[in-house]
Amino acid sequence: MSGGHGHVEQPASFAFSPENLAWAQKIIAKYPAGRQASAVLPLLDRAQRQHHNWLPRAAMDYVAGLLEMAPIRVYEVATFYSMFNLAPVGKWFLQVCTTTPCWLRGSDEVMAACERKLGIKGSGDASFLHSADGKFTVREVECLGTCVNAPVIQVNDDFYEDLDGPLTEKLIDALAKDAPPPKGSMKGRQGAMPEGGRTSLAGMAKAGGDK
Amino acid sequence: MPKVTIDGETIEVPGGITVLQACELAGKEVPRFCYHERLSVAGNCRMCLVEMEKSPKPVASCAMPIAEGQVIKTNTPLVKKARNGVMEFLLINHPLDCPICDQGGECDLQDQSMAYGNGQSRFKENKRAVPDKEIGPLVKTTMTRCIHCTRCVRFATEVAGAEELGAVFRGEHMEIDTYIEKALTSELSGNIVDLCPVGALTSKPYAFNARPWELRKTESVDVFDALGASIRVDARGGEVLRVLPRLNEETNEEWIADKSRHAVDGLKRQRLDRPYVRKDGKLQPVSWSEALGAVAAKLKATPPGRIAAIAGDMADCEAMTALKDLMAAVGSPNLDCRQDGAKLDPSARASWLFNSTVAGIDEADAILLVGTNPRWESPVLNARIRRRYRAGGVKIAAIGPQVDLTYKYEYLGAGPTALSDLAAGKIGFAETLKAAKKPMLIVGLGALARADGAAVLAIARDIADRFGLVKDGWNGFNVLHTAAARVGGLELGFVPGAQGRDTLGILDGASKGEIDFVYLLGADEIDTNRLGKAFVVYQGHHGDRGAHRADVVLPGAAYTEKNATYVNTEGRVQQTRLAVFPPGEAKEDWKILRALSEAAGRKLPLDTIGQVRARMAAISPVFAKLDAAQPGTWAAFGKAGAVDGTPFASPISNFYMTDPISRASATMAACTETYLKGSAARTGTHG
Amino acid sequence: MLEDKDRIFTNLYGDGDWGLTGARARGDWDGTRELILKGRDWIVKEMQDSGLRGRGGAGFPTGMKWSFMPKTTPDGKPLDGRPHYLVVNADESEPGTCKDREILRHDPHKLVEGCLLAGVAMGAHAGYIYVRGEFYNEASHLEIAVQQAYEAGLIGKNACGSGWDFDLYVHRGAGAYICGEETALIESLEGKKGQPRLKPPFPAGMGLYGCPTTVNNVETIAVAPTILRRGATWFTSFGRPKNAGTKLFCISGHVNKPCTVEEAMSIPLKELIEKHCGGVRGGWDNLLAIIPGGASVPVLPKSICDTVLMDFDALREQRSGLGTAAVIVMDKSTDIVKAIARLSRFYMHESCGQCTPCREGTGWLWRVMQRMVKGQAELPEIDMLEEVTRQIEGHTICALGDAAAWPVQGLIRHFRPEMEARIRNYKAALQVARAAAE
Repeated sequence: MSGGHGHVEQPASFAFSPENLAWAQKIIAKYPAGRQASAVLPLLDRAQRQHHNWLPRAAMDYVAGLLEMAPIRVYEVATFYSMFNLAPVGKWFLQVCTTTPCWLRGSDEVMAACERKLGIKGSGDASFLHSADGKFTVREVECLGTCVNAPVIQVNDDFYEDLDGPLTEKLIDALAKDAPPPKGSMKGRQGAMPEGGRTSLAGMAKAGGDK
Repeated sequence: MPKVTIDGETIEVPGGITVLQACELAGKEVPRFCYHERLSVAGNCRMCLVEMEKSPKPVASCAMPIAEGQVIKTNTPLVKKARNGVMEFLLINHPLDCPICDQGGECDLQDQSMAYGNGQSRFKENKRAVPDKEIGPLVKTTMTRCIHCTRCVRFATEVAGAEELGAVFRGEHMEIDTYIEKALTSELSGNIVDLCPVGALTSKPYAFNARPWELRKTESVDVFDALGASIRVDARGGEVLRVLPRLNEETNEEWIADKSRHAVDGLKRQRLDRPYVRKDGKLQPVSWSEALGAVAAKLKATPPGRIAAIAGDMADCEAMTALKDLMAAVGSPNLDCRQDGAKLDPSARASWLFNSTVAGIDEADAILLVGTNPRWESPVLNARIRRRYRAGGVKIAAIGPQVDLTYKYEYLGAGPTALSDLAAGKIGFAETLKAAKKPMLIVGLGALARADGAAVLAIARDIADRFGLVKDGWNGFNVLHTAAARVGGLELGFVPGAQGRDTLGILDGASKGEIDFVYLLGADEIDTNRLGKAFVVYQGHHGDRGAHRADVVLPGAAYTEKNATYVNTEGRVQQTRLAVFPPGEAKEDWKILRALSEAAGRKLPLDTIGQVRARMAAISPVFAKLDAAQPGTWAAFGKAGAVDGTPFASPISNFYMTDPISRASATMAACTETYLKGSAARTGTHG
Repeated sequence: MLEDKDRIFTNLYGDGDWGLTGARARGDWDGTRELILKGRDWIVKEMQDSGLRGRGGAGFPTGMKWSFMPKTTPDGKPLDGRPHYLVVNADESEPGTCKDREILRHDPHKLVEGCLLAGVAMGAHAGYIYVRGEFYNEASHLEIAVQQAYEAGLIGKNACGSGWDFDLYVHRGAGAYICGEETALIESLEGKKGQPRLKPPFPAGMGLYGCPTTVNNVETIAVAPTILRRGATWFTSFGRPKNAGTKLFCISGHVNKPCTVEEAMSIPLKELIEKHCGGVRGGWDNLLAIIPGGASVPVLPKSICDTVLMDFDALREQRSGLGTAAVIVMDKSTDIVKAIARLSRFYMHESCGQCTPCREGTGWLWRVMQRMVKGQAELPEIDMLEEVTRQIEGHTICALGDAAAWPVQGLIRHFRPEMEARIRNYKAALQVARAAAE
């Protein structure tokens, strides 16, 4: 349900690439015959991936046709779920979690770092903030489900965790050079383990010890 | 029958109903916004909350199935508090612009806020503003008023079959929309205005016209198609301002088609409000006596065999009775109510009626459509077929126009060949009909108003016989008429007498100089070029095709301006009521003919409407009984013969303009522009 | 303290291989065939005896839930022709909660095996795992695990050689917290907006595609194989009665070392934090409040946190809840009003919009809460705010309304003086400013 209001230059048509069409057929086959509408989320997601990470109306219509759904039912879906971008976004789409667990751990500094580095200004809501060069889009999002590794930014598909202001700047610098760091904790923490050492599962410690 | 206790009173209720319905049976009023008897249950407004024993929370009574031993309370402080709370939520983002809202005075939200409102708002924040939507020429949107009950969405999806309206975005940003700025492609779209419990959807043509309490409400009957929907005509002064549906389970339930609702602005345009006589090639206004004198003189001077009369599609039974009697009095057998030349067989009532009845559609398990596009010929009846389709367990097939009917059907072919093949059992659907318990064959005028119509009718009858469409307690043979006047005309025998000419014969005769006098009773949909040199009298309400050709124009009354009888496609005799007086010097139609008969020295013994109606009942006992479908006896009809391969075409090429009233309507012109010429124009293919 | 030998999720931190080889080495897929052959009734009984309560937040007894599924023929065919479905709720989105993520990415075979066993217990031959869309990498691991299980004959036709056919599919969501509500999840899985359904009918009678369906949380399903292998008695040996077993806890916020950890149920909250999280930032006495079970449960002040046990019943007694066992810790530096206000914004953003009290009420709460953060309000508005939460609570189609109401109620219950002080301070500051202006 993202960025839907206001005028957006829409492409006239959309169709899956042959690879994506074949993939779509496989997805549709996961659901019982006659229940092909079940595939609407994965197909819209795939359409968005094929279309520079935003979902034009032509793609919604295309998916509606493919799944024999009334287009309005697809519009309802596309505008309901937050992961469908209804307007173009930058190559690097930064979704900054600012819900309470991330906020307690400093998501304000993370947002501030984004604003500082990218010359944008957040307004405390879910609006899309684009950097001047269009390469970055930043959005405040709701809980990403990585609260023990807060604060977190989702960059396209990947989570960058345990952030603070400086680490966020570092992340953005790397992205600006199209050299994203390895996903996960920016502090090098192993998963959801307590920082600095485990308190359980001692026997599972890898050779070489905890990170 | 489960027993439930409602507010301390134990009653038995039918199984399978909801708590809300049970409360209604117990005489308890339960407020609601989203719930509607004819739509699926949404349960979203939460206004109908009641207390149910053993349930820790109040329950939405509209969605709770009744169960044995339930104890329901509708009048406790808890219930009142819950409803007050919901009402407060509904109002916080509602603009409270009642003074400028067309819904004012007939608004569910306004009414219920009297009972459940706080009288004062505790909401100090900014109210939500929602952009209005463009959904066509008939429905005006003020979306800030929307309370998201989704009745309109459910109507469009379920009843109208125009799955184009949805609730997009989510949470407090949820909006009712087509999302693509699209006119709703439905002939029933006006009904969402009635369904909307607030002023979000209002009538666009009626915008800012009147307040409900200013209106004089007259119960009447629709004449824009042959369904004969029950309507209410709302007028102020001498002006019809709007038409609304009236509940009639047997015909229209509570819907009407957009033309029935919105063509009424045509009642104010191009009206014939005084008599005219053609002088020096131009129609000149004259007095009634001069006009009637001119007609009478011509009538007296013309030999009976050279006199003819054609009744149009909106002619009422009283006028047709008077005209028929006048024709008999002058000795002419040349009269016809089938201006389209349909080969309907006047001899057998069952051959021209919708014998299964409209409500019978609900029971049908196989439906064959022949030469009809019911979506345009009777949108409300078509919606009933759609509902039957959605309920499942019915097979539908069509021979004729292949159009989007809002439900799926098996397409068997375009014309008589397919029909013959079906009769011969060469098409699989023959087996479906044979196996069905309640099969229906619906023949449209597109199959009958053609040269081989009688032969087509014979094949249709053959199919009915051969595949068991007519059996004990069920007659599956149906004609779907398009004209409100047609069945009445047939009942009255407004058809050629012995050696008389039918419509085509009259037009042939006129063009060849064998007919010298033609009386057009509201007959506009004929080829007036074929009237030759005949002296043409046009009696009707609009300056349409017939009047343009006429030598004398006698101004009559439109259906809202007279107490008149119409018989619907089922043979249901119904009466319109005068809502406003005819304009200017125009008169009720049977009175014009009565006056003419006197002027012509053939005075008819019809001085009161009572006498006219007694005469109608004398012609056919059908007229003695009002408001009931009266089936015909199954008999032989049709005439076996050769058929040609020309595809059946619906008699309607533009739903929005089918008659003098709708052709004069600016609203219908706007619809034509939008739906037939504009971006929303149909492709004509079945989806 | 729970010993490692009794921990179910031994690869919680991703130490080992999350794939099939690693899973087998950790004991997964061991004797699965035999468990299946013990039959549906045995599995359901064992689960009932284990006392496992749903790990998704509501805490409904799992075995009982499974027993609601209609009977089948002896060879597992549905009696009325409608197939049964297992649906796994991996739409983990409750703020504070990030336990299922660890299962999905580090121990997906536990879930896959659990699905098979749950499927048998429900007479289901197909299961769908609905993973929140943002968990792209997590879903990828799970998809690979499913693929591995198919290739090894562990699921699919004649799963594990047991004669039971079981297909399992991974379905990704697309960003909607509400899809964690089971009927909304089903709607979403059917290709619609995630709007909760009216109940009745309940999913066990009419769920996915109108068929009998049970929706379970990831953790609930993932612990089932171990319970069945080690026995109900083993599981009940942890936690207090009616609160049995081990549990994944996610502790976030103002602790020194936020983490996810498996512990015994009924562990004292303080012990949980001190043992595994390096304590509260600045020490226990620096604690202000804790939300013990994910965003939707009411906040608890330090006084209660000092002694409360982490289980369903103990937290319910304190008018809060275990929820998803997502512990959000707030130290004394926290602007508690703002912390809760941010949750109000969350619920407003995630309300599906379907029913009136939630659609309209969540936005109202958020707007009033924003003013409360600044103190820009009148004192009676605290009571009004409370009333608004009561008007939402219990009046909506699903529990999101309740979830939006409770945090605010918890705040007012325990921190009213703080709210009042802000209002007074704001007024005072305003007066000073006005005086200065004059």
